[in-house]
Amino acid sequence: MKIQEILEDRILVLDGAMGTMIQQYNLQEEDYRGERFKDHPSALKGNNDLLSITQPDIIKEIHAKYFEAGADIAETNTFSSTSIAQADYQLEDIVYELNYESAKIAKEVADDFTKREPNKPRFVAGSIGPTNSSASISPDVNDPGFRTIGFDGFVASYKEQARGLIDGGADILLVETVFDTLNAKAALFGIQELYDEIGRELPIMVSGTITDASGRTLSGQTTNAFWISLSHMPLLSIGLNCALGAKELRPYLQVLAKESDTLVSAHPNAGLPNEFGEYDETPEQMAAQIEEFLNEGLINIVGGCCGTTPQHIKKIAEKAAQHQPRKIGEFSY
Amino acid sequence: MTLKNNHIVPLKLSGLEPLIVTPESNFINVGERTNVTGSRKFLRLIKEEKYEEALEVAMDQVRGGAQVIDINMDEGMLDSEEAMVKFLNLIASEPEIARVPIMIDSSKWSVIEAGLKCIQGKGIVNSISLKGGEAEFIEQAKKIKRYGAAVIVMAFDEEGQADTYQRRIDICKRSYDVLVDQVKFAPQDIIFDPNIFPVATGIEEHRKNAVDFFKATKWIRENLPGAHVSGGVSNVSFSFRGNNVVREAMHSAFLYHAIQQGMDMGIVNPTMLEVYDEIPKDLLEHVEDVLLDRRDDATERLLEFAEKVKGGEKKKVVDDAWRKESVEERLTHALVKGIVDHIDEDTEEARQKYDKPLQVIEGPLMDGMNVVGDLFGSGKMFLPQVVKSARVMKKAVAYLLPYLEEEKAQNKEQSVASKILLATVKGDVHDIGKNIVGVVLACNNYEIVDLGVMVPAEKILETAIKEKVDAIGLSGLITPSLDEMVHVAKEMERQNFDLPLLIGGATTSRIHTAVKIDPNYSGSVVHVLDASKSVPVAGELINKKTKDAFHKKIKEEYKYLRDDHSSRKQAKNYISLEEARSNKVPVDWSQTSVVKPSFLGNRVLTDYPLEEIRNYIDWTPFFQTWMLKGKFPKIFDDEVIGIEAKKLYEDAQLMLDDIISQRLLMASAVTGIYPANSIDHDDVELYKDENRNEILTVFHFLRQQGKKGANIANLSLADFVAPKETGIKDYIGGFAVTAGIGIEPLIAQYEKEHDDYKGIMVKALADRLAEAFAELMHEKVRKELWGYAKEESFDNEDLIKEKYLGIRPAPGYPACPDHTEKRILFDLLEVEKNTGISLTESFAMYPAASVSGFYFSNPASKYFGLGKVEKDQIENYAKRKAMKTKEIEKWLAPNLAYDV
Repeated sequence: MKIQEILEDRILVLDGAMGTMIQQYNLQEEDYRGERFKDHPSALKGNNDLLSITQPDIIKEIHAKYFEAGADIAETNTFSSTSIAQADYQLEDIVYELNYESAKIAKEVADDFTKREPNKPRFVAGSIGPTNSSASISPDVNDPGFRTIGFDGFVASYKEQARGLIDGGADILLVETVFDTLNAKAALFGIQELYDEIGRELPIMVSGTITDASGRTLSGQTTNAFWISLSHMPLLSIGLNCALGAKELRPYLQVLAKESDTLVSAHPNAGLPNEFGEYDETPEQMAAQIEEFLNEGLINIVGGCCGTTPQHIKKIAEKAAQHQPRKIGEFSY
Repeated sequence: MTLKNNHIVPLKLSGLEPLIVTPESNFINVGERTNVTGSRKFLRLIKEEKYEEALEVAMDQVRGGAQVIDINMDEGMLDSEEAMVKFLNLIASEPEIARVPIMIDSSKWSVIEAGLKCIQGKGIVNSISLKGGEAEFIEQAKKIKRYGAAVIVMAFDEEGQADTYQRRIDICKRSYDVLVDQVKFAPQDIIFDPNIFPVATGIEEHRKNAVDFFKATKWIRENLPGAHVSGGVSNVSFSFRGNNVVREAMHSAFLYHAIQQGMDMGIVNPTMLEVYDEIPKDLLEHVEDVLLDRRDDATERLLEFAEKVKGGEKKKVVDDAWRKESVEERLTHALVKGIVDHIDEDTEEARQKYDKPLQVIEGPLMDGMNVVGDLFGSGKMFLPQVVKSARVMKKAVAYLLPYLEEEKAQNKEQSVASKILLATVKGDVHDIGKNIVGVVLACNNYEIVDLGVMVPAEKILETAIKEKVDAIGLSGLITPSLDEMVHVAKEMERQNFDLPLLIGGATTSRIHTAVKIDPNYSGSVVHVLDASKSVPVAGELINKKTKDAFHKKIKEEYKYLRDDHSSRKQAKNYISLEEARSNKVPVDWSQTSVVKPSFLGNRVLTDYPLEEIRNYIDWTPFFQTWMLKGKFPKIFDDEVIGIEAKKLYEDAQLMLDDIISQRLLMASAVTGIYPANSIDHDDVELYKDENRNEILTVFHFLRQQGKKGANIANLSLADFVAPKETGIKDYIGGFAVTAGIGIEPLIAQYEKEHDDYKGIMVKALADRLAEAFAELMHEKVRKELWGYAKEESFDNEDLIKEKYLGIRPAPGYPACPDHTEKRILFDLLEVEKNTGISLTESFAMYPAASVSGFYFSNPASKYFGLGKVEKDQIENYAKRKAMKTKEIEKWLAPNLAYDV
């Protein structure tokens, strides 16, 4: 069954945080390196995406935990798997492989669950993070016209990642945590080029990040401007994730629910970070917040970002099952 | 005009913010100054790589009202691609410019594509066409779609540019079909430019250039669903270069007709545009003969006529001409142009012509004011002009008044206009903004009941009932007025009012209105940002058809703001007072040398020479008062408001000359400097003399409690005075100045003359003089009286930028928001006795043109905003001031981090 058809009937649940789960394994430098990168010149601890190659069982276990909790869609462990982001670890050369392997193992777990529960098919969304570079903000305050990487550089990097994800078996591409809309436009541009080359298309989800209570992205756009700027692509969904908790995200989701003519997704953090940078919203608290916008009919796809765990997803999935998905064009403030 | 596009999605564009073009939205004005082919100045700036100045050109356009900015770098001597990329990248870091969508304008595809790679929003490509064949057209359109932009399509094909009606519509139709059917381009993202060509060139084929454009526009809007029409208007008048009178008239007449046919976007230079209704009728007739191709000899006749109205002659011809029009048209002209010279005779003539004097007001005078209101509403007139119009109106009404009274005595006819009560609330004396709102509303057919300043709630409500008003507007400038407004709202609720309540003034805000005022009153409560917003708001609130829906809408909106606000508040982190105090400004007092003042105690300066104060005036805020935005003196170069700003400035100089030569206002000041040390972290103790054993008084300050990043202090003004325990002999100063002594008779005089313009002007000037006097006194203190900066030498510009050492914060303002400290300051300086300034119950200074504050000399001292504070500090502060916590909470309501 195609995901588009399922989405007409019910709200689908995206998984929760990958990083939060990996932390629980308390991995050390040698765990990240594994046998293969034993002699790699840079430190690799913290390069979570690399674990898809060096510790695939851990990543598979995490995917499985989320599927068990009730997630319909798992995100691949590829948030930073672009040549731009991997340059920090001198691992630009293995970017295709990183994406391919991450998609492959996620797909294996998903297929396993689908076989067991054919009435609840599981999907894999290839996670495409924002990179650590901005296409419209200069890193040098004294030279506001300067750009580290040009549009073409972003296009090439995103395209390479998308190719690995598709070849590895992803069902969807998820351009997420968009803090600069021009980065996302480059990602979509690269994906479209790739689709032309391979002659087939995967549905695309885009999810932006509203930085704070100003209601704008880091690059300065309002929520509606963000949507308008990306509306030229046929998207499966437009949504928001990260930076804010469910409660803070609600007004901006209302904007998307009202203005956009496609499905709406949300995967907020488990509240706002406390003084130690930790997220302490409990699964119950977070699910209660999310229920508010489920009640309002704002959402088609819901999940969790930083600080969320399988327990959070379990509670969220329970709520999602009790509500109808948003119907396009019906919401207004 | 009927558009068959009800089912069509609107064109949605974006910069940092959305721009949505619907059939209801007005004509979209594209800024054209950032175009090297059209602006010599911009070309020079780009050539000389003066990008900062080039950015200002863009900024000015956005401020001037451009909704999209066109950027063109097509010049032989430029690397157009590089210049386009550089400029767009720079724009991206200027939020005020990047707010609006970008139009990337080039005839070179490579430049367009380079530009598309730089904009995060959805912009417009200007332009592509079938000129290079269908394959290239499709290729480029696909790319544009992939980059996510709208597109302007020129009516141009392999054969050349479309120059007839038929060619225009054929090419547009063909382009549309290719784009929609083959490229799957969204129809609403297509904007046609069906070529605006010059008329009156003397060439027979050019006669139909404008008519064909109009017809093609109509055809496109009716037959190509969703598509829009744009064009560069200045082309049409090409053959009249050098004759701006004719060109301006042509542009506006052209636009008038084109917009009627459905043109909804365009590149127009606003300074090259006459108001359509203001084009002299004979000139308009000649121009329209040409544009609409109405007669065979139209071109010759316009050329001949153009000679007559060329250059300076224009004014004279026009000036005399309007006196020959009908009395109605003369009245309208006088209102629009603000001419009072003939108003009494014209009003008399109208009175004799109409049956009743009231009909003169409701007929020709109101019609004229409606024209003014419309022009102001559409940004074609500016506040100083509107205030002058109001002066004409008031004079005319004053002339009619005895006749009206007479008629009223005979039959009790009621006026039909809606009434609005305006008042500055109890305890507050500031009324410039309120008066401007009154003038603007009066121009829009409202009758204003102005109760003046310091009006108690009871009087407002009594008058509202007695006068049967339709709405109440409250104004205030100082923070305690916020509380008074809440009180008025509560009283309205208690007395079962249901009149709409409008809230305005410098310290008011939408969020305060939503959180503090709106919940107390079940009627409509609306915050009005400035005078121009007052008209639509009042209209929606009072009109029977809209008021219920508007009430519901605004209640929901404010509820939403409240909810949002309360969720936000929890997100902010505050630290305890104790923690904040341990993070004070790290001053190494052992390394700090304090300069001993040249005198201690108070110094009084009475009747200080105004001609000296005048040199210290910062003019920029003066223009802000008149709702003209821009920095002095650059504001005079502004294309949109420059001329009006210049006129206003000249009027101000004339009035200042009078004030000074006739000694109409008096300026006085008191300054005091005292031995002082900080105690208990946040208080400053003042001593009678250098022995420092007799305490004279204590100033109380507050400390920031927001959680700060590393190495950022939680500031309190007390940090800038040496703590007692250091043993260092430090000092603090205080001052109060006024330039408003003697203003009442002037205001009374202007009121008598119905001259709002001069009334607002004199208040604005007195305010400026008071601020200038404060600046002058501060300099004197730094260089002589305290003398800690004897060597400094700054010009006025430097002073405005506050380049000097030391600060002069005012009680009631961000660093020390507690107005009640003013009482302590006033007692110390004996301000009432020494200067004639008094304090109201809300601690506003009267006359309003007064400034008071503290002097700190420490080199580390700086201005800051206190932000919100927590209950622990408020309780501690109340104890230090020997006041009740509740009382303090009332005065500091806007600064509380918690709900009371």
